[in-house]
Amino acid sequence: MTTTVITAEAPASPPAPRKRKAAGGSQLWRYLIVRLLLILPTVFILVTMVFILMRTIGDPITAALGGRLSAVQLQERIHAAGYDRPILVQYFEYLGQIFTGNFGTTISDNQPVTKVLLTYGGATLELAFYALIVAFIVGIPLGMLAAYFRDKWPDALFRVFAILCYATPVFFAGLLLKLVFSVWLGILPVSGRASTSTELDIELLPHPTGIYLIDAIQTGNPANLADVLTHAILPGIALGLLTAGIFLRLVRTNVIGTLSADYVDAARSRGVSEYRLVRRHAYKPALIPIITVIGLQIALLLGGAVLTETTFEWKGLGFMLAQYLGARDFVAVQGIVALLAVVVAVTNFIVDVIAALIDPRVRY
Amino acid sequence: MAIDTADQGVALTPRRPLWTRIPVVHQVRQSVGLQRGMLVAGLIIVAIFVLTSIFAPLLAPFGYSQLSDAHGNFGAQKPPSGAHLLGTTVGGYDVLSRVIWGSQTALFVIVVAIVLSIFAGVLLGVVSGYLGGWLDRILVVVCDAIYAFPTLLLAIVMSIVISGGRSNLVGGVFAAAISITVVFIPQYFRVIRAETVRIKAEAFVESAKVLGASSGRIMFRHILRNATRTLPLIFTLNASEAILTLAGLGFLGFGIEPTSAAEWGYDLNKSISDVTSGIWWTSVFPGLAIVLAVLGMTLVGESLNDLADPRLRTRRRAVGSPPPAPTSDTAPEASTDVVGDLALEVRE
Repeated sequence: MTTTVITAEAPASPPAPRKRKAAGGSQLWRYLIVRLLLILPTVFILVTMVFILMRTIGDPITAALGGRLSAVQLQERIHAAGYDRPILVQYFEYLGQIFTGNFGTTISDNQPVTKVLLTYGGATLELAFYALIVAFIVGIPLGMLAAYFRDKWPDALFRVFAILCYATPVFFAGLLLKLVFSVWLGILPVSGRASTSTELDIELLPHPTGIYLIDAIQTGNPANLADVLTHAILPGIALGLLTAGIFLRLVRTNVIGTLSADYVDAARSRGVSEYRLVRRHAYKPALIPIITVIGLQIALLLGGAVLTETTFEWKGLGFMLAQYLGARDFVAVQGIVALLAVVVAVTNFIVDVIAALIDPRVRY
Repeated sequence: MAIDTADQGVALTPRRPLWTRIPVVHQVRQSVGLQRGMLVAGLIIVAIFVLTSIFAPLLAPFGYSQLSDAHGNFGAQKPPSGAHLLGTTVGGYDVLSRVIWGSQTALFVIVVAIVLSIFAGVLLGVVSGYLGGWLDRILVVVCDAIYAFPTLLLAIVMSIVISGGRSNLVGGVFAAAISITVVFIPQYFRVIRAETVRIKAEAFVESAKVLGASSGRIMFRHILRNATRTLPLIFTLNASEAILTLAGLGFLGFGIEPTSAAEWGYDLNKSISDVTSGIWWTSVFPGLAIVLAVLGMTLVGESLNDLADPRLRTRRRAVGSPPPAPTSDTAPEASTDVVGDLALEVRE
């Protein structure tokens, strides 16, 4: 067990001195490897932290079943699950389990956490995907316009819009959208991922992916696809607007920076159209910091997904997390949080790799 | 402060009066046009928010947990009327009163959370940045790990640990505030540490060392006072995030009991089913309160951010008068970018 700890901690120190010596074509590889190794301490620290925090309030079985079992039964359950052993032994066992991909078994409904993740992860992924699409469609063009009309009224309008997007909690945005489009106008469904008939069709599929968009296409019935998409509109917008506000602000800042660059003046003096100037010359270099920030947005999206899923009864990981929290099933909570830590660390790595591939300066 | 520009004859320029050097006042004077409009609008909203929370006992028509008055019970889900200007909730509380009292809870949490995280974050940042070594490395990696993680999830875990879910006013406020603190420490840490690393190399630190000043004195007299320039900016941005996190916790059922204090997120959670049946007043008003409070603080924070960034600062057009001389207070390289030893991630 100790070996996992050593491998996890080791990469924390070497990268800094090594970076300076690096030279030549191997730099990209070196950067990628160091960055890859940095995933380990990140995940290790978060998992350790969550483990320690969750154990300071006692063992999970008492927390979940406290009032419902007699003291003797409780002791038996605790002993059977091994929660009466020294905390260090439990900790190393937990690390080893995580290393082999075992995130524990939930107490309230006795399912492996990995199975919960596989069943509901797809839904969260799908929601995050819709949200990112909304964020791109709304955030990037408006950000470019705001930068172009800097300090004029369109800029003020778009910026206030961006701040409003950011200032509105996703669940309030969700409730408002529901109120207007589902209750008052009655044109979009109130909650859920699909109607019952569509869900039945999807359950009959030989290989459902859990991502309803793909499953609905698999059923071959256009009505199912339309049903899934109409259910996705409101949650997608609610979660997407939050990120759209951040994108807008970021695109604006960066395009303002590049619009004042010499090469933009040069292009303008050559007679390049204003549209092309913004769309190509100023926008492309401004994109690099945005790609990096998308990595950070993944964490925000996951946090927002918990709230959005609760608002719309969208049965994904966030919804389940809220359910398990309500049931005080801390093994499940710990498992889901640990897995999300892995997801966040890996996405950040992927984003950094993309940024390094696009912009050589990042590698140094 | 007169470090960077010592060779520009700062010593000859008389210092400006004290009140123009107070952080926010200085920025209001520095801003022009649209930027000033946004900053002033934000300040007004924040002022209203703070005044509402201070005078909540006078402003609110009823108590936050009051269910009845001389005319009997309020009744549940009553639409807005003369007796209850914003209607009543599903639990039979007066919506207007809960919205007003809610501002007090929010302010409590912000103040406690920010004070705690500034203390911890600034202290760790200065010590870690100045001493360096293995302690610094570990703290950086730990803070990076926390920073990358969804804030709400971390706050949930913390609130379970601290209060086991939900509790009374004092316990609940502290649970929420400490949960938020843990999330914010890395942000203060990163900024202060980066500033410390930069200032550490300045000549005046070296001369203090030569004079025999102790590490503690250098850290807290020489470095700390120069490293706090960006604090008002993070402060305002964090205050808005604190409100959102508190509301998020309340919405998921980890907030404060309705009998202990009014909390906007809790009220919104209870209104989910109301919305489906077309009852709008229970969700719209607490929601708007959150939006306004966050909007005000974000407007202030964004404006301060833009004013600190020379690329984004709108400059006053020089009409007849000579351009203002560069003053020592507005070091143009002030930025919140953090470039640590492990600067492998470029962040906003």
